[in-house]
Amino acid sequence: MKSTLAIMGKELRVLFNSPMAYVVTAIFILISGYLFYSIVLFASSQSMQILRVQGALPQINLNDLIFRPTFHNMAVILMLTLPLITMRLLAEEKKIKTIELLMTSPVPLLAIVMGKYLAAMAVFTLMLGLTAYMPLLMWYYGSIQWMPILTGYLGIWLLGGVFIAVGLLASSLTENQIIASFISFGAVLILWLIGWISQGVADTSLGSFLTYLSIGEHTENFIRGMIDTEDLVYLATLIIVGIFITHRVLESQRWK
Amino acid sequence: MINVQNLTKRYGDLTAIEDVTFNVQKGEILGFLGPNGAGKTTTMRILTCFLPATSGTASVAGYDIFEQPQDVKKHIGYLPESPPLYTELTVTEYLRFISRIKGIERKDRTEALTRVLERCALTDVRHRLIGNLSRGYRQRVGLAQALIHNPEVLILDEPTTGLDPKQIIEMRQVIKELAGQHTVILSTHILPEATAVCQRVVIIHKGRIVAVDTPDTLSAQLRQSEKIRLTLRTPSPETAEALKTVPGVVSIFQEPSTDGQVFMVECELGRDIRTELAAQAVRRGWGLLELTAVKLSLEDVFLQLTQEESKQEEPKEDALNGEPG
Repeated sequence: MKSTLAIMGKELRVLFNSPMAYVVTAIFILISGYLFYSIVLFASSQSMQILRVQGALPQINLNDLIFRPTFHNMAVILMLTLPLITMRLLAEEKKIKTIELLMTSPVPLLAIVMGKYLAAMAVFTLMLGLTAYMPLLMWYYGSIQWMPILTGYLGIWLLGGVFIAVGLLASSLTENQIIASFISFGAVLILWLIGWISQGVADTSLGSFLTYLSIGEHTENFIRGMIDTEDLVYLATLIIVGIFITHRVLESQRWK
Repeated sequence: MINVQNLTKRYGDLTAIEDVTFNVQKGEILGFLGPNGAGKTTTMRILTCFLPATSGTASVAGYDIFEQPQDVKKHIGYLPESPPLYTELTVTEYLRFISRIKGIERKDRTEALTRVLERCALTDVRHRLIGNLSRGYRQRVGLAQALIHNPEVLILDEPTTGLDPKQIIEMRQVIKELAGQHTVILSTHILPEATAVCQRVVIIHKGRIVAVDTPDTLSAQLRQSEKIRLTLRTPSPETAEALKTVPGVVSIFQEPSTDGQVFMVECELGRDIRTELAAQAVRRGWGLLELTAVKLSLEDVFLQLTQEESKQEEPKEDALNGEPG
């Protein structure tokens, strides 16, 4: 535990002493903010239209109208940005040979992997936290329900957790950061798209299996405001499996 | 302190080291000498539990490297060939991180840090980013990293590569000071370094140990003939011929020097002919300036051992030992 925190602390220092964490966070905030703004614009023009036709202010559900698409956008942006945070985690250590230092220190291998995972999670949590202005704005100027927003954040947080676990695994496979980021981006995209084919094979058991595998399917409930144990189990399993395989990969690389 | 037995490491078909066996006593500095690719780094990586060996055993500070790797790691300080540094951290940040992962107690960390900064002369640069330091400083940070938890055993992989001559001398001084309290294994392909720093030398070639001994004994053992260096101020043209008549002389090489002529006299092994040579020189009035027995340097030993090895592999007829002194 102590050594996990040591590794995590070092990782955060490295991330924040270099421009990487700032750049990725800034880009994430910029794009998600821009898309949020465009959604708000669209929603307000729509409600103006309804107002003109019906002659009365309609009951609009801001959660549905604004936050569902916003969370969906966040998921896509994270798919593109989180690999940039995770790519260096292990690939860089291998490239500059500092992995030798970690592996010859009295630190369990799991502490190294967990320290790295938690560091990336901390950066990601910060990124996500910075988007809190969105619900706060809507709450100040309109009326929103907080619970569905919190479950939505939980869903996105777990989704990001899966992206980071996949990214960490990709980073353990190579010493080239660009390859690592591409592998993790590709793997995450496949997880995302795997359900699409199920529409063609909808009524077979394969179709429902593919739908089950699809990661988007399992975040949808959170965004709608529901916490389903099935989704929790699915996302947690992916995270644990990602970390476990990373551990095995690092262990097996010693034996080559 | 370190006990290595029949260590073998294979990568597929390639044998990196084979049947490596040696011991290191407490407080000793052992030189690991060999050309590039001889298996020095592989051996060190096995001892530091970074790589598993294919077969054989080893123990460091009383702990088995296969059974108790965590204990071994606690008692070893390791400086790999390229110092493992995070260029985005400052020297202090880096060493604090190291002290945490080496398991130094929180209350002892500051003291350990101050001590190691002083010992490696890093106090002035402690707040600078490692990425902005020169090669010499980086190497010292690497050494500081290996020393911070005051380990019993230090394993240094080519600690002086890439340093300028002044830094090399400083680094060697630091390493020499480590002897006694720490047991040190140091690898190098620079031969004078082994002579200057190490008490004992292991010569490794193509994954096999070809010799283990003190630098002095090694050169004595491998001398196939004695060489004597004779400097004369006023030699006559027939001096070389005259020297050859001295009993025991095998051959003579001449080379000019600033104050007269140097004669390298090679003579039979185990026969000291210095008195006879001196007598000759005085009697004939050659102006004797210098008369010294030339020791075979470690460099010669090294070349001889590694060449003998290759000769055995691809036998050639011309086994002439014709290198002039």
